[in-house]
Amino acid sequence: MGSNMAEAHPVGFQWVMEAKARGAKVIHVDPRFTRTSALADRHVALRAGTDIAFLGGVIHHILSHGLDFREYVRAYTNAPFLLNERYQDTEDLDGLFSGYDPHTASYDPSSWAYESTAARERPGHRAKEQAAPYRHGAGGPAVEDSADGIAADPTLQHPRCVYQVLKRHFARYTPQMVERICGVPREVFLEVCRAWTENSGRERTAALVYSVGWTQHSTGAQYIRAGSIIQLLLGNIGRPGGGVYALRGHASIQGSTDIPTLFNLLPGYLPMPDATHEDLAAYLDGVRRPGQKGFWGNADAYAVSLLKEYWGQAATAENDYCFGHLPRIDGDHGTYRTAMDMVDGKVFGYFLLGQNPAVGSAHGRLQRLGMANLDWLVVRDLNMIESATFWKDAPEIETGEIVTERCRTEVFFFPAASHVEKSGTFTQTQRMLQWRDQAVEPSGDQRSELWFFYHLGRLVKERLAGSTDERDRPVLDLAWDYATEGDEPSAADVLRRINGIDLATGRAVGGYTELKADGSTACGCWIYSGVYADEVNQARRRTSRFEQGPYEAEWGWTWPLNRRVLYNRASADPQGRPWSERKALVWWDAERGEWTGHDTPDFEKHKPPDYRPPEGASGPEALGGDDAFIMMADGKAWLFAPTGLTDGPLPTHYEPHESPVRNLLYGQQANPTRKVYGRRDNPSNPAPPEAHGEVFPFVFTASRLTEHHTAGGMSRQLPYLSELQPELFVEVSPELAAERGLRHLDWAHVVTSRAAVEARVVVTDRLAPLRVEGRTVHQVWMPYHWGPTGLAAGDVVNDLIGVVVEPNVLIQESKVLTCDIRPGRRPRGPALLEYVQGYRRRAGITPLTGTRVMTAGDGDGHGPAHTEPDRPEDSP
Amino acid sequence: MGVKRWVGAWPVYRQLTGADRLGRGRAVQSRRSAGLGPRTADADRVADSVCPYCAVGCAQRVYVKDERVVQIEGNPDSPVSRGRLCPKGSASKQLVTGPQRERKVRYRPPYATEWQDLDLDVAMEMVADRVLDARRRGWQDTDASGRPLRRTLGFAGLGGATLDNEENYLIKKLFTALGAIQIENQARI
Amino acid sequence: MTDEHGPGGCGPGEYGPDERSPDKHGRPDGRGPRGHSLYGPLEDPAADAGHREHPPRVGFFTDTSVCIGCKACEVACKEWNDVPEDGLDLLGMSFDNTGMLGASSWRHVAFVEQERPLGRQDAGLAGLPTGPSGTGQTAEVVADALRETPRGGGELGTGPVDLGFPSFDLPGAATGAEARTDFRWLMASDVCKHCTHAGCLDVCPTGALFRTEFGSVVVQPDICNGCGYCVSGCPYGVIDRRPGDGRAWKCTLCYDRLRGGLEPACAQACPTDSIQFGPLDELRERADRRLEHLHEAGVEEARLYGRDPGDGVGGDGAFFLLLDEPEVYGLPPDPVVPTRDLPSMWKYAGAAASALLAATAAVFVKSGGGGRR
Repeated sequence: MGSNMAEAHPVGFQWVMEAKARGAKVIHVDPRFTRTSALADRHVALRAGTDIAFLGGVIHHILSHGLDFREYVRAYTNAPFLLNERYQDTEDLDGLFSGYDPHTASYDPSSWAYESTAARERPGHRAKEQAAPYRHGAGGPAVEDSADGIAADPTLQHPRCVYQVLKRHFARYTPQMVERICGVPREVFLEVCRAWTENSGRERTAALVYSVGWTQHSTGAQYIRAGSIIQLLLGNIGRPGGGVYALRGHASIQGSTDIPTLFNLLPGYLPMPDATHEDLAAYLDGVRRPGQKGFWGNADAYAVSLLKEYWGQAATAENDYCFGHLPRIDGDHGTYRTAMDMVDGKVFGYFLLGQNPAVGSAHGRLQRLGMANLDWLVVRDLNMIESATFWKDAPEIETGEIVTERCRTEVFFFPAASHVEKSGTFTQTQRMLQWRDQAVEPSGDQRSELWFFYHLGRLVKERLAGSTDERDRPVLDLAWDYATEGDEPSAADVLRRINGIDLATGRAVGGYTELKADGSTACGCWIYSGVYADEVNQARRRTSRFEQGPYEAEWGWTWPLNRRVLYNRASADPQGRPWSERKALVWWDAERGEWTGHDTPDFEKHKPPDYRPPEGASGPEALGGDDAFIMMADGKAWLFAPTGLTDGPLPTHYEPHESPVRNLLYGQQANPTRKVYGRRDNPSNPAPPEAHGEVFPFVFTASRLTEHHTAGGMSRQLPYLSELQPELFVEVSPELAAERGLRHLDWAHVVTSRAAVEARVVVTDRLAPLRVEGRTVHQVWMPYHWGPTGLAAGDVVNDLIGVVVEPNVLIQESKVLTCDIRPGRRPRGPALLEYVQGYRRRAGITPLTGTRVMTAGDGDGHGPAHTEPDRPEDSP
Repeated sequence: MGVKRWVGAWPVYRQLTGADRLGRGRAVQSRRSAGLGPRTADADRVADSVCPYCAVGCAQRVYVKDERVVQIEGNPDSPVSRGRLCPKGSASKQLVTGPQRERKVRYRPPYATEWQDLDLDVAMEMVADRVLDARRRGWQDTDASGRPLRRTLGFAGLGGATLDNEENYLIKKLFTALGAIQIENQARI
Repeated sequence: MTDEHGPGGCGPGEYGPDERSPDKHGRPDGRGPRGHSLYGPLEDPAADAGHREHPPRVGFFTDTSVCIGCKACEVACKEWNDVPEDGLDLLGMSFDNTGMLGASSWRHVAFVEQERPLGRQDAGLAGLPTGPSGTGQTAEVVADALRETPRGGGELGTGPVDLGFPSFDLPGAATGAEARTDFRWLMASDVCKHCTHAGCLDVCPTGALFRTEFGSVVVQPDICNGCGYCVSGCPYGVIDRRPGDGRAWKCTLCYDRLRGGLEPACAQACPTDSIQFGPLDELRERADRRLEHLHEAGVEEARLYGRDPGDGVGGDGAFFLLLDEPEVYGLPPDPVVPTRDLPSMWKYAGAAASALLAATAAVFVKSGGGGRR
């Protein structure tokens, strides 16, 4: 679901085909029939943006028929734990959970806590602004005193136990409701339920695959939560053939999250400190609560070792290891916020490093207008891209919004070295680091990012040398002494320092369990610790698959500690025996007193299954022998999230920000905590209960083609790829084509309140209308790879999309919006602006549209609006 | 059929002349054809690499002859990809050797209508100056309640999902030391 | 089907027993049905072409039932063989913008959208508020475009056969009131067939085309003078001359790679192993097993194409598992080597013009029925 694996990850799809050849059933749930559907046993068309209703229906099916893997659920999830009495569900509050504040559009999650664990009042505003939940990427958020035992009902009967709360929460997600919301006929839906449940359990497992078809929604994190709940109920986590696979779309996008180039994270999912963190101790308290179980208990060792790697000898126990050198965040500093700040003149300079936001980010026009308002822009890429040339060929040149001679942005284009012209590691989608050897030297001015930033750091340090300004201390103290080969810094040396060094011996550490909080180790990213164990670049290993076992542990290196399946302790029962011989992965070898198996056990090697922690223990020591989820604060997988999410402890179906229909489940129409940026240059199409949605009657969704890569910077300029998909097109069903008078291969244009984009029409049976609550809903699809330049040029599809972001991770909702489509080409020049303005006028759109996010109860569209502070140029 | 088996099937294959009465085979084979072999066999070296497009992480072998990339193809040893590549991965040689590659720094001064040339070292010095200037102008010592922020909002960055871990590490480290917090990448998109 | 009704006439060859040596499997080549070397079954085409001791005949088995239409084969082929870009045109033939095999496209992935089910696959249309299928309309648009092209579509050979010539008349295509309830999307990577009796090779007057020791058929660019006889000699419309270059080009089965023990670039790249490379005997056995498996799994429409040594070209070195009639994929239903009735290849030169017409017709004329499949 939410993944077009055959098209976006073709080589990964070979394993699906192999499973299918061995008898696995493949089901593809997707708005369109894609190349993935063509090879599946069953395609299920659903309305874009309704996956939680569908998944909630599956959860309802499992719970109402008692189809969960009960022993697994009881042992490894928080199903038995009791919630406190203050918790109120969406069932009670018309689609809201307890703790909602309409003025900040955020939750105080304290009422979601377990009955027996402390929970203080915590306004949710700050967490939302900082995408706090994103920081829990490698494990769970904090739960205080979890090690002392949490009140539970192992019979799962108590009305306040998680299992029963879950059952009640999803009670109305019936097959009939799924049909009415998603447009999926109930028989088809039930077939999926049967296939999923019948292929899960002791002897069988089912895998779930998603991609950005799930993340790019205003409820994206909860999509994945919903899938995870199903997989946990069915016992499909931590077991061979099970799991939830996030298929990521860039060579090292996993790596750039682990070692983040993200505003709210430090390496290894340590949070960026915020303004409330007075010192290291206060910061660490926010990462792991006192008395908490699990490996986040050692966060002090991870954080201090990072500070030692950053600031070397300057970092001492006396100065809190230079914790004060870290800048603090205090709100949303995400990429879309930054783009708007550029438009507003608050940002002066911008580095683009292998990214092309003029084409690839939502609301391309906003991106380009932002860049046109900078003092300077540095673009580093392999090829010339639209984000470097916007000052002469952006669509806004034609409309007159950007005038080259009046655009002051100073632009530096630096040619980048390609993947064969430098050494280093990518982390692929299954957390595997693979080292690349340099094949050839780059030519001309082409350089690696490693070269660029190493020398930029050197130049900056030179300029600040001798400064007594306290602001410059972090730069002057910065450990920047990486080994070099010629003038190129050694990537191997950087990787070795990411791995971690024992400062006493100067040797690479063997793994994160060797890290210390006393300043005696330095480590750039604790979860990557072990990648240079034994002074060997483990990511460079290339033992042929013909020469090793089925889990191929000697090819590359997978974090953490070369474990291929996370939480694989759950592949054995509480006593440490495989749930079945067929599905054995790791198990307890009582004779040798250790965990063993096909994979590296994701558990302390010598901790027996019957281990019970001593009183007062915390951290790893507090994990019992059956606490399989070792990163979680209670050792259990969370069906219900008592803390850590900004938009609710359970997934709830909300309509997308722009939707043609009213939410059939609750008065609350859309995610009540989604982040809207109500401003004139970021208009929304109206959605119920607002009026005039009929101006944009169709559902729009966009995605990739096999033949191109994201914003096209690595494909649209290549003849061999461009000839395969030479032109932008828009796919419509024959029914919609008839309704709107669209002819195959003729031109048409798609319109939203942001833009109108033209493309050639492709009429295809691969799209079909759906019946949603008695009316017919048409969906329109476009690939988004095109831009104004390259061998294959076309309009920028992302110009159609506005900026509304999910509150946990601040990712935009770009997989579903509403639109109109008309035959013929779009107007050109200034007439285009007038044309789109006409649509806004007809739909009654103002900066307020879509910003009254609370519609539950009697709010019904009259709650507080969430707009940006007025700016002079906003006045009509 | 795997390469290994295929080679194994004909370890000592050789060609002998035979009857070709219709002149359609051995008899008409040109000298060029008779001398053909894979150009990868003449490579000076082969570098182990990884495809730069999506995140499946398909292993590539990069064949180099006279310091030029002459072929990029899948590495059959990989347990991830088993030697296979999609169309994008298969186009990797064009990606790295094609004429679309920029080789020189390009510079567009404010209000200019065309690119200009700029020396790489000069460009680096200019960027370093601008970074410090923007840092200073966007600096914030404290928030409204006087709590330390120690940061700048003067410049921002976007990118990393196509870069190496080691590169992202240095970028984040340098930005953080400079007090620059607005660093983002495709993972947010 | 081709594997069921290969043309007869495979009597004793006009050539007597020759000095060919046993092949590597130790099967005496001289025994069993043995055709003459221009037509009918021929056990060892490499030996027939004078390669006395040679590797086993190799080829492709393309199993279209696992093709995901990614076109890696097209790109891998071009990267290895330095084949130039072949035009940037949106053809509207589903996801196919290559159109056909030609001098600058040695692999071509065809995409076929059909209003019918695939085995037991459920396309998920039941219960949806659908109207008539759009495939008729789209095919009509493409057909119109093809008619306007220089060779009346001859250069866009392997589009969906529903194009129809000269007029388009599908039951219910434009008007039908009935709702569409079924759908399938077929993908297939086409390539030179490396025929046992290769028309291109038989008519080549210069010796530019030759049969390799692997049994494959290769153009030698250092010999080819661009006469173009081979173009009309190919019953599949595969080989073509490259504009601006003039010489004829086509798949070489990566002859250079084979000589180094490597498999062809397309087969190595193919993500799902839809393109399989190996000794032809082995591939045929594998294909038979796959066919049986698919039939058991309810994909009754699966069939092999080009596998039968008794067919009009003596069987293909590159053969296919298809999920519909070959015409649907733009493949001739009953390819016949043009030299079948012309044992003396030199007579063929005079007949080249008429053969061109015949070959074009073979590609485009539907084999009866004519209805929507």
